[in-house]
Amino acid sequence: MSRKNDLKFGRGKSVILLTIVGFIFLYTPIIVLIIYSFNYSRFSSTWGGWSLQWYYKLFDDSSMWLAIKNSLLIGIVSTIFATILGTMSALVIKRFVFKTKTLFTNLLFVPIVIPEIVLGILLLLLYNLIKLELGLTSIILAHITFSIPFVTLVVLNNLKNFDSTIEEVGMDLGATPWQIFWKITFPNISTGILAGALLAFTLSIEDFTITFFTSGPGATTLPLKIYSMIKFGITPEINAISTLLVLFTTIILGVMYFILNKQEKKILT
Amino acid sequence: MDTSSQNNLLYRSSKYYLLLPSYFWVIVFFILPLILLFTISFASKQTYGGYEINFHLDNYARAIDPIYLKIAIRTFFYSITTTIFCFLLGYPIAYYISFTDGFKKVVLMFLILLPFWTNFLIRVYSWNTILGSYGLINSSLISLGVIDTPFDLLNNYISVNIGLLYGELPYMVLPIVASIDRIDRSILEASSDLGASKYYTFFNVTLPLSMPGIISGVVFVLIPTLGQFVIPDLLGGNDSFMIGNIITNQFIVVRDWPFGSTLSVYMMGFVMIPLYLYLRYSKLSLNSVIS
Repeated sequence: MSRKNDLKFGRGKSVILLTIVGFIFLYTPIIVLIIYSFNYSRFSSTWGGWSLQWYYKLFDDSSMWLAIKNSLLIGIVSTIFATILGTMSALVIKRFVFKTKTLFTNLLFVPIVIPEIVLGILLLLLYNLIKLELGLTSIILAHITFSIPFVTLVVLNNLKNFDSTIEEVGMDLGATPWQIFWKITFPNISTGILAGALLAFTLSIEDFTITFFTSGPGATTLPLKIYSMIKFGITPEINAISTLLVLFTTIILGVMYFILNKQEKKILT
Repeated sequence: MDTSSQNNLLYRSSKYYLLLPSYFWVIVFFILPLILLFTISFASKQTYGGYEINFHLDNYARAIDPIYLKIAIRTFFYSITTTIFCFLLGYPIAYYISFTDGFKKVVLMFLILLPFWTNFLIRVYSWNTILGSYGLINSSLISLGVIDTPFDLLNNYISVNIGLLYGELPYMVLPIVASIDRIDRSILEASSDLGASKYYTFFNVTLPLSMPGIISGVVFVLIPTLGQFVIPDLLGGNDSFMIGNIITNQFIVVRDWPFGSTLSVYMMGFVMIPLYLYLRYSKLSLNSVIS
């Protein structure tokens, strides 16, 4: 909305006050965490002066690096598969009418609305039945499962603005379905696919609950590593890794915002 | 047959190539485990941690034992209070953001999205730095000489509720911002031109029109809270456990999978039945709640 808010809606004293309280509530813990990560003292009750020692400790921790490596591997592999499957589902939902369409669509989206813990348990039961050893493979399959509906949703949203009669024109002019996809459909929905893939990757990197139920010994991801650090002895190293992750999120989000803003301007001009 | 109609046929048949992999995935990774969960929920626990399928209702009866019932009621209570507080704090923030524009709006949205994208565990853990025995509150009070030994501000229902509110707040704000953004501003101007006070306009125009966002927000806060186990695990004590903690315990520690499955069936029922009824009643589709 670019319209000027001349009537000053949403500018009452209580609205402003609650907004300020809300932002203080959201940011105080994060800011305190960042400050403590530079504290020389092991105990946050005493300020031992500025120091980077917890960051050095973190860089020397080989199990941390392994967890980061696992998280990236799982994130990349599951994103590729979830993006392909999610895009295919979106295309089929948009293009065709079939008997079980409503059922299929609803089933596809149910993983978004059931509690994560239940999805984690469902997959654990499945792996136990088919005797799949818990490890990287089981985590990757789990991440593909919960990412597909999110990719479908994002791509479907992008397909709303796509006029599918262009596909039919291509078809009438003798293009094969494969050519139609790569020459017509894909260039038109590539932003949606990219956004879906980014979402899938972020969900994978962030996920704790489902990974918790589907991981085995030797397959620790970054969130699992952080969980065990919090659970078994709070060390200032957690403050350091948290600060780095907040920084990482800020940069990624900033870049995404920048790209999106640029694109919007392109559309406008 | 010319190439065009041949391709036309191919295009129509692409339906099956596109549909089959996803259908296969949904059946193997979702429908099959769901059937498995129901079956195991009627099974018996075996001594070595496995299960024997011999349909009986013992697990279902055990789940309504007062010990578990109390935890179920607590879970509901926490979920409802979290949803209400998220709404009371989230709506004004969303309202404020929606009526800003330009760079200020970009910055405020960024500030809401940042915690949303920051790792959930870190957000929960960050409250340790405030409430912990060595946290901001205790260390300030000690250094001011108010107290000698730290208060135990963690491991109680207040810390769990703060954690839940903190964890879920962005999920309430974002859909409400989107729905207030969609309201045509000329309607609000018309309302005020016709003499309605801002107060009146808010309660009779803005609030009802932002209902879709509120509903999405409530769904997105209520469901994860009902299934929550990480927050009570990290910020709570024995008297603030939720159903999620009991389920986790049954699967990971006690290894009583049949009972854990029964509790999961109950939890799914609590989540899915109200959602289904609501969707039916309001004639919304799952799609519209999600997007």
